[in-house]
Amino acid sequence: MLSIGSPQIKLLEKLCNAMSVSGDEGEVRRIVLEEVKPYADEVKVDALGSVLVRKKGAGRKPLRVLLDAHMDEVGFMIVKDDGDGFYQFRIVGGIDERHLVGKQVIVGKEHTPGVIGAKPIHLTDASERSHTVDVESMRIDLGPDGKAKAGDRATFATKFKRVGPSIMSKSIDDRIGVAILIELLKNAPDNIELCLAFSVQEEIGLRGATVAGYYFNPDLAIAIDSTPARDLTDYEGRENYTYNTKLGLGPSIYPAHSPVISDPRLVNFLAEVGTKHKIPFQFRQPGGGGTDAGAIQQARSGIPVVSVSVPHRYTHSPISVSRVDDWKNTLNLLHVALQEMTPALLKR
Amino acid sequence: MTDILPFLKSIISVSGVSGDEAPAADLVQKKWTPLVDEISQSRLGSIHGLKRGTLKKSPSKADRSPRPSVMIATHMDAIGMMVTRVVDGFIYFTNVGGIDSRVLPGTPVIVHASGTKEELYGVIVMPPANLLPDGEGSGVIPMKYLFIDTGLLPGEVSKRVRVGDRISFGTEPVEMSGGTVSGHTLDNRASVAALTVCLEELQSKSHIWDLWAVATVQEETTFGGSYTSTFQLRPTIAIALDMTFGKGAGANGFQTFSIGKGITLGIGPSVHPFLYKRFKEVAERVEIPVADDLMPEYSSTDADAMQLIAEGIPTMVVSIPQRYMHTAVELVALKDIQRAGRLMAEFVASLEADFIERIVWD
Repeated sequence: MLSIGSPQIKLLEKLCNAMSVSGDEGEVRRIVLEEVKPYADEVKVDALGSVLVRKKGAGRKPLRVLLDAHMDEVGFMIVKDDGDGFYQFRIVGGIDERHLVGKQVIVGKEHTPGVIGAKPIHLTDASERSHTVDVESMRIDLGPDGKAKAGDRATFATKFKRVGPSIMSKSIDDRIGVAILIELLKNAPDNIELCLAFSVQEEIGLRGATVAGYYFNPDLAIAIDSTPARDLTDYEGRENYTYNTKLGLGPSIYPAHSPVISDPRLVNFLAEVGTKHKIPFQFRQPGGGGTDAGAIQQARSGIPVVSVSVPHRYTHSPISVSRVDDWKNTLNLLHVALQEMTPALLKR
Repeated sequence: MTDILPFLKSIISVSGVSGDEAPAADLVQKKWTPLVDEISQSRLGSIHGLKRGTLKKSPSKADRSPRPSVMIATHMDAIGMMVTRVVDGFIYFTNVGGIDSRVLPGTPVIVHASGTKEELYGVIVMPPANLLPDGEGSGVIPMKYLFIDTGLLPGEVSKRVRVGDRISFGTEPVEMSGGTVSGHTLDNRASVAALTVCLEELQSKSHIWDLWAVATVQEETTFGGSYTSTFQLRPTIAIALDMTFGKGAGANGFQTFSIGKGITLGIGPSVHPFLYKRFKEVAERVEIPVADDLMPEYSSTDADAMQLIAEGIPTMVVSIPQRYMHTAVELVALKDIQRAGRLMAEFVASLEADFIERIVWD
């Protein structure tokens, strides 16, 4: 079994602390390129900026398997300089506006520190405090001599932390998938042709995966992402039956999610592998929330897909929480599954 | 002039939620001890530093002290939160001091776990609508529904955290452009830093009045520090050094001031007009830019308490403009902190033996 040790933690920390807002993924791309080059037979950066990696298998025509993880994160774009270090901005991807006021951010390639300010409570009345603040009226404040320009990207400034059984960081979605792909490449089995798409622009319409799926034309594909765990306490003590996934129960396999029905052969295969090798796994409750599998499934004449995610709490917020054990078990479920994949899988 | 930035960063990195200020008090005491003649702590925890003046005797017979004295109060307590209950490892809380619940979701915090004396990192969580009572899940989520996740398993949390434990904001200090610093608890530790600048300035400047440098407790909640320390020290005059509102997104009214452009002098019932006048004269003489901070009823500073002690004490309010007060990302200009410290020193040095006798009401 593969383990999560200090090198893996350090790499994930570096990936999470990087800024890689959808459409401007250069920072994570550079880390990925540096990590994959020594292990890959083919590396290319495609027209949209995704990193596409191939590791050939043994034998005459091994099963071609595509693993996808997205490099981009939700964040912000500076849209107008108001002067004196104040900047208007807009959200890139799905961020709940209620997570924004009073937060530290970083802006641009230099990670210039800034804050999204809030009106002091002393200057508000109860009626004002009962209304959320629109992003249009928020400003990123870089200090009086702040220098940024329209078009610069920004993201939450929170730093990766390792706490007890958990990691707490921004952008666990989907740097944890990126880290898993890198680890699987480093430990690639040779019974398959392993194709990796470190895709761009997932958060704004699965765009990188759409063309990566076409490029590789794989026999099957697995999107490795991070999915919300809503396994929180109910205020009134009712049973929480819409938890989506739960932390600590292992990788979550998606039977169906909008707009994808996973290939049942792949769903069953992963479950069999987990059961056989005593690797914990869970099924994600069917429901909304897309992954790159949706785009890949419809590439060319259709590709069998499944999504597997490491659960995390507090999606698209300044700090998400995941368990190291779920990360390890996701890595191992996939590693063992790759080793046991044969063309017969798709003939069932 | 010494660089106050390292002390400022260290003093906003220690806890001291209103009513439990010990970590901040320890640091203040350590910093001030070499700068004053005597230092002590009040029964409620405020720090009293005495820097003696050179006057032989007070001209006033009513004055019990050998010299007239000026007390400068900077409150060292912080707004924060307190644990109300722990459910399945999730920590519910309430506010200590004024906090707008809209600034909380996604904010990093430190839970001061009394069970094990650990400082637990955590994040404030805004639960999804389906886990809240019907109709409460949209718009602003009230504070009672928010909770903290520490990343620890439920059993580990309940071993460590008790109802009543304090919670501080967990944002780290960050230097920003234009000589500014952002972080939590700059209200009012920036003033504690300014008073430290004042004490440093007075090492080489003679003053005939006694100076009581005081770091008060409980300003954000009960004014418990300023009521009691002022009673104990019974200064001739008392000054509250605190923060005022910086101009920024959504804050542009008469109560707001540009940061980095100078400090403010209070005008209103909490301010003795003769003290205002002297501050204004001193500021002009030493070319420190000041603006009038209008406080029609209350100053909402320690001055409101200090003026009511015993037979009444002339008080003054001096403030440093700060953006985003009572959030985890307060923002001040270092230059304004230096200005406030220097103005205090110049004011103290300006006090003549008979200053108080010369005050005549119309």
